[in-house]
Amino acid sequence: METLIINVLLAMMALAVVILARSRNLFAVVVLGGVYSFLMATVLVALDAVDVAMTEAAVGAGISTVLLLGALHLCKSEEAKPIHRPWLPLAVACGTAAVLAYGTLGLPAFSDPQAPIHTHVAPRYLAEALAATGVPNVVTAVLASYRGFDTLGETTVVFTAGAGVIALLRRRKKNGERRPAETDFPGERQP
Amino acid sequence: MNLASHFSYWITLFLMVAGLFIVIARGNLIKKLVGLGIFQTSVYLLYIAPGKLIGGTAPILAEGFKVYSNPLPHVLILTAIVVGVATLALGLALVVRIREAYDTIEEDEILLQDHARETEAPFER
Repeated sequence: METLIINVLLAMMALAVVILARSRNLFAVVVLGGVYSFLMATVLVALDAVDVAMTEAAVGAGISTVLLLGALHLCKSEEAKPIHRPWLPLAVACGTAAVLAYGTLGLPAFSDPQAPIHTHVAPRYLAEALAATGVPNVVTAVLASYRGFDTLGETTVVFTAGAGVIALLRRRKKNGERRPAETDFPGERQP
Repeated sequence: MNLASHFSYWITLFLMVAGLFIVIARGNLIKKLVGLGIFQTSVYLLYIAPGKLIGGTAPILAEGFKVYSNPLPHVLILTAIVVGVATLALGLALVVRIREAYDTIEEDEILLQDHARETEAPFER
């Protein structure tokens, strides 16, 4: 039953992506992206990854969608018709898919308790985390205590990205308060 | 091996390849970024699906539960989600700047403008 629920949700995600890839209206694309993220969050709940599901619902479906809508507000919301048929990208994608599918044949079956992922590091965390950190949620214990430096590195990445965004979007006020978008010929920078 | 035991891998793989296809084939920069997001999120499934145990529960220790899903992939993917949104924000900022400079976000038109300027005045750059 659990497997059936997971598989149906996964199939719905695949469907959302197919519609998204075919859609030419960017607003529809962004909304479908949000639908896809919420489906992903639901799948993650079904896969017992509740912390990840919460983050995905808040960050993936919430903040990402808001950022994309904000960018759409500043740009056109209709995608131009492609000049050429996408045969080459399709061939690249199918080739990659074939190689990856061949790779999956060597992977252990879904939810196999004897798979290496369940027999190596995880049992130690599950057995010792409560005594070592006093936190019953093992994900929190690993995130903040065992792998705290990872989280510090993550914060650095977010800081760098934020600094990059500010540097890119800062209004340059040179040449008599003219913004780059208002130059006479689009694409030409004032000397 | 049967269909049910590897279905999650194949859907993951399909999402990954679909994201790759959108990134390569679509000329619109915002759509490319949405495709990149799909590519990224497919990796979440690749990590978390193998950590699930049917009949288990979320890795929050409590009396009366013995089987938990694997907590380590959850931690790694929590980091990946936040890094993913940072990438998206930076990409969108670049798109907005490109829109200001070229007045379009279609890759073909941007390349056309670049080409036109190079042939018009090749030495005035």
